[in-house]
Amino acid sequence: ALTQDLDFYNEDWLGMQKGESKLVLRPRSTEEVSDILKYCNARHLPIVPQGGNTGLVFGSTPIKDEVVLSLQRMNNITDFDSGIGAIQCQAGTVLQHIEDYAGNYDFSIPLDLGSKGSCTIGGNLSTHAGGLRIVRYGRLRGSVLGLKVVLADGTILDDMTTMRKDNTGYDIKQLFIGGEGTLGVITEASLLLPPAPKSINLVMFGCKTFTDVVNICNEAKKQLGEIIAACEYMDDTCMLSVVDNLNLPYPMEEHYPFYFIAQTFGMNPAHDQEKLEDFVEGVFAQGHCADGIIAASRDQVKKTFALRENIAVGLSKADGNNYHYDFSLPTHHMMELVEDIRGRLRPWDDVQIATFGHIGDNDIQVQVIAPSDDVLSVIEPYIYARVTELGGSISSECGIGTLKAAVLPINKKEPLLNTMKLLKGTLDPRGILNPNKILLAEQ
Amino acid sequence: MSGLRVLVGCKRVIDYAVKIRVRPDHLGVVTDGVKHSMNPFDENAVEEAVRMKQKKVAKEIIVASCGPTQSQETIRTALAMGADRGIHVELAKGEEDLQPLAVAKVFAKLVEKEKPDLVILGKQAIDDDSNQTTQLLAGLLDWPQGTMASVLEHSDGVLKITREIDGGLEDISVKLPAVVSADLRLNEPRYATLPNIMKAKKKKIEKMSVADIGVDVTPRLKVQNVVDPPVREAGDKVPDVSVLIEKMKEKGHLK
Repeated sequence: ALTQDLDFYNEDWLGMQKGESKLVLRPRSTEEVSDILKYCNARHLPIVPQGGNTGLVFGSTPIKDEVVLSLQRMNNITDFDSGIGAIQCQAGTVLQHIEDYAGNYDFSIPLDLGSKGSCTIGGNLSTHAGGLRIVRYGRLRGSVLGLKVVLADGTILDDMTTMRKDNTGYDIKQLFIGGEGTLGVITEASLLLPPAPKSINLVMFGCKTFTDVVNICNEAKKQLGEIIAACEYMDDTCMLSVVDNLNLPYPMEEHYPFYFIAQTFGMNPAHDQEKLEDFVEGVFAQGHCADGIIAASRDQVKKTFALRENIAVGLSKADGNNYHYDFSLPTHHMMELVEDIRGRLRPWDDVQIATFGHIGDNDIQVQVIAPSDDVLSVIEPYIYARVTELGGSISSECGIGTLKAAVLPINKKEPLLNTMKLLKGTLDPRGILNPNKILLAEQ
Repeated sequence: MSGLRVLVGCKRVIDYAVKIRVRPDHLGVVTDGVKHSMNPFDENAVEEAVRMKQKKVAKEIIVASCGPTQSQETIRTALAMGADRGIHVELAKGEEDLQPLAVAKVFAKLVEKEKPDLVILGKQAIDDDSNQTTQLLAGLLDWPQGTMASVLEHSDGVLKITREIDGGLEDISVKLPAVVSADLRLNEPRYATLPNIMKAKKKKIEKMSVADIGVDVTPRLKVQNVVDPPVREAGDKVPDVSVLIEKMKEKGHLK
């Protein structure tokens, strides 16, 4: 238990919100978590479960003086079946650590994201993190074989298994994946890991129009097929920010308004190379790109992918505040939304709009960089209503937390919202689990 | 000067980022199904030649590689970076163990045939780390050499070279024709961009065998044993600074 130097636990990763918790508990086992919740539930003490504290929606830090339940000390990998690739570990295990451990057995992780070195698997699961590899490995919940969860009253739900299929009754564990710690605390996980690729490749294209990017993306998925491992998009505002602010090397001669990057994972370098060359030739012949590169070595793969991976860092160095949005949208509506926002921000002449995203998943992330937050009044709640109108999701990956709790009803209508409240009321009747995250407490 | 003819050597090696596995027979490393790329120092060599051509110092770049059939891909990469044509000395079965002296002899014959003004090689291959071919070639040709070059400037048949040496940097001048080996800091190699990759498909790669050239490439050195380096011992984790100081004193690192 900690009562001093609590800044790390109280402040979110962006440094934008600070809670006033006076107590951080750091259990080492599921049983200890159970004891803590039993105690807190009996006394109506709200708690905030926390892993690596890398969330972007103010979901993992206290709003007031809730007790922080840090799972950071629960970082053991308890079992690994290297035949099937099933790993069992405690929720506080850092994702990078799982990757390194699995790497020794030629296995890898089914998700990859910028915060890999700090985020914990428990956090990834409770926020249902997205990342770069969905186009290859699917969403994280598909890789979950089992979970151990502690409910608000301390009850331990043990659904740990290494079995791929278990079709026996309601799949309760799925409720907690994406529950953002509001329905139960995940303490252990059993995951199916994919084999580590032997052949990693990358192609990048510079495009004059966004339609070109979409066309290339569709072609990539079709032609690269089973070896596709990432389909990413970024605009030149992003590219310039990483090249200028972070001094990363830029591989082409000229800049273009839009860029598409695909990464491939395979088991046979010659086979992958052939697929890539055919694909690239096709894209070039059909005139979808103005220029492009095929990374010729792992070093070039790393350096080029770094241009995409470091966008958040690059943009954070720009002058002004960063307002970040992550949406899912049909691709033909993406630029429509961007132009909408651009139009509304025209009265300000020192505002930048950067867009990027996992285009292979219909994901677009919009970052508005402005000197002050008066721009927010013309962006929100308009942008959420507009995205909903265009058939998209107001949060493709980052979740709701506190940041979007007030606008959730714009995107998720009554019956869905009411069912969420019903579940919350049943599983956490005293409202002690991460209150006011996702659903605002009705008092 | 009407422009130099430059011969650049490149080698197909296991990609430097790949995890190396020792073969079960301990006579080498596993290469089957493993990602290969152009030797990083050779990328610097090719890049330097291309820059010389862009500055109109060089008029023709010939890239040559001795290796198996797949070495053709490495030559194509060099052509996509800007080399004009390629020479592939394709190794036959039994010739796979090609050592620096043999490579130097092959390149000496290529020099005889192509009559370049300058030969640029990578300073060493990352698979054998020999750092010998440039020096041996210069010796066979009786040409001056500038190895570990991190700066290369040409003016009127003389090359000013800055060499990376243990003590720091050394500046030398050599008269052409000469053999130079490229070091990492010589330049930042460019990526092969699509239009150039497409153009490179039309560039000529001349194929020849070791027999065609008339060189004896029999290995003179035999690898006895290849093993993994010894496993690093785990460090000691201490709970706080006072214990750290205690332990350092115990081990005699602190007085």
